[in-house]
Amino acid sequence: MKSISEIRTDFPILSRKVYDKPLVYLDNGATTQKPRSVIEAMDEVLTSFNSNIHRGVHALSDEASMEYENAREKVRSFINAPTKEEIIFTSGATSSINTIAFSFGERYIGKGDEVIISHLEHHANIVPWQMMCVRKEAKLRVIPIDDNGELIYDEFLKMLSPRTKIIAVSQVSNALGTLLPVNKIIEDAHSFGIPVLIDGAQGVQHALTDVMSLDCDFYVFSGHKIYGPTGIGVLFGKEKWLSELPPYQGGGDMVKNVTFEKTTYNELPFKFEAGTMNFPAAIGLGVALDYVLSIGRENISRMEQDLLVYATNRLSGIKGLKIYGNSLNKIPTISFLLDGIHMYDTGMILDKLGIAVRTGTHCAQPVMDRFGIDGTVRASMCFYNTRDEIGTLASGIEKVIKMFA
Amino acid sequence: MTISETQDIIIEEFSVFDDWMDKYNLLIDIGKDLPLIDPKFKIKDFLIEGCQSKVWLHPEFDGNKIYFSADSDAIITRGIIALLIRVLSNRTPDEIISAELYFIDRIGLRQNLSPTRSNGLLSMVRQIKLYALAYNVKQKSK
Repeated sequence: MKSISEIRTDFPILSRKVYDKPLVYLDNGATTQKPRSVIEAMDEVLTSFNSNIHRGVHALSDEASMEYENAREKVRSFINAPTKEEIIFTSGATSSINTIAFSFGERYIGKGDEVIISHLEHHANIVPWQMMCVRKEAKLRVIPIDDNGELIYDEFLKMLSPRTKIIAVSQVSNALGTLLPVNKIIEDAHSFGIPVLIDGAQGVQHALTDVMSLDCDFYVFSGHKIYGPTGIGVLFGKEKWLSELPPYQGGGDMVKNVTFEKTTYNELPFKFEAGTMNFPAAIGLGVALDYVLSIGRENISRMEQDLLVYATNRLSGIKGLKIYGNSLNKIPTISFLLDGIHMYDTGMILDKLGIAVRTGTHCAQPVMDRFGIDGTVRASMCFYNTRDEIGTLASGIEKVIKMFA
Repeated sequence: MTISETQDIIIEEFSVFDDWMDKYNLLIDIGKDLPLIDPKFKIKDFLIEGCQSKVWLHPEFDGNKIYFSADSDAIITRGIIALLIRVLSNRTPDEIISAELYFIDRIGLRQNLSPTRSNGLLSMVRQIKLYALAYNVKQKSK
């Protein structure tokens, strides 16, 4: 296995400085950095075989199409989906959720029906459902959370009814880092015949994800949060659903036959891929997944758990620091506030020390409302972070406390 | 003292420090000295949109000059708004409208106070100028 310093040299940006201080990048929940292999792969597309996919008869188009479809196969294998046709490329997790919220809503949701989400959702897994519910006069129901940031499961069970048409929950809360009991949710939902969408935006890069054993009906994630490029995302859907759903957007490549009277749609997965897709990014994502596999998902998991335990111990030892999200099941993300110090002041000073964290509501305003706060400071780590960096964060926080106390 | 003269004094105060940490400590101290806003003005009507921290800004116009009071829940933001008030409060609407703010660039905190950051500096300046415009119209229509 590669050493941590070898891993870090794979990511060129990690060696840069900000304000003359070594960069400590702890904003991986927002986006992750890219290994050299991904950067080179994208460069290779544009310098060697850039050409529109699925269109031309010429060599370049063939090569680009092949690489694009090859990336689809890599995604399929990575999340262990049954077939390649069930893997749709989108522009990101947000777009994947919008696709299902729209298409599923059109096909299956009527007046008085219900959609269940959780109180922990990112805005991307709230707003598309809200928009659809308004359109269809359906009702959005929300699974409440307790003070530790965990779902109150009994409340969820009580919500299930013949009116429930779909359930959409995160694999991991982006604001708190806590894992949701998705296995149980899917099992209980299926016992009522209700399909489940899992938002894996914060899960796929940390937890081993196998959509076949999970048995979820839809699974979505973003490329840029798993060391791949921005502008590419994935929508997995079981064939039985995807073939029933109407397309989300119309355009080129998603059609079989077009006349002004009638259009017949292309087969899966192309039915959901209207227009020229972001194929350089899709290819880059494939290479990012290769990279993750080369490090080893179990190794990543072990390194990240070690970081989480170390950071939790180190930070909870700081007087006046309160961690939000105290579940035992977490990805290496720590959301916190310092007693009497505004998150923005904390973030500004940490930034000047070269430490990149996120401040604010993390696009999960309802979570913050639940805790009665305006937001938190979020340090989101991943396997390329080190204990030394946690040390830098801890001493940075102590400096902040000294300045503002 | 003119707006330019006030800006020059602020630039000089900050120039004493080379280290960013000292500059911040100065900003924090300035924030602490911000004249308190009447709590009855800490309401939504006086909240400035577009800041990561909450900023309340209240104008008072005596027919000649505008006086601002403000507060923020974040201390660095309080420091920033205190500097803006020092430069732009107790001025006529015309002075405020035509003011060119250069002190932010020159006190050495540019990276942190630039409008690209979500600190709301731009929103604060815009709000102050909007009040000035409004009072200017009011004054001239008399």
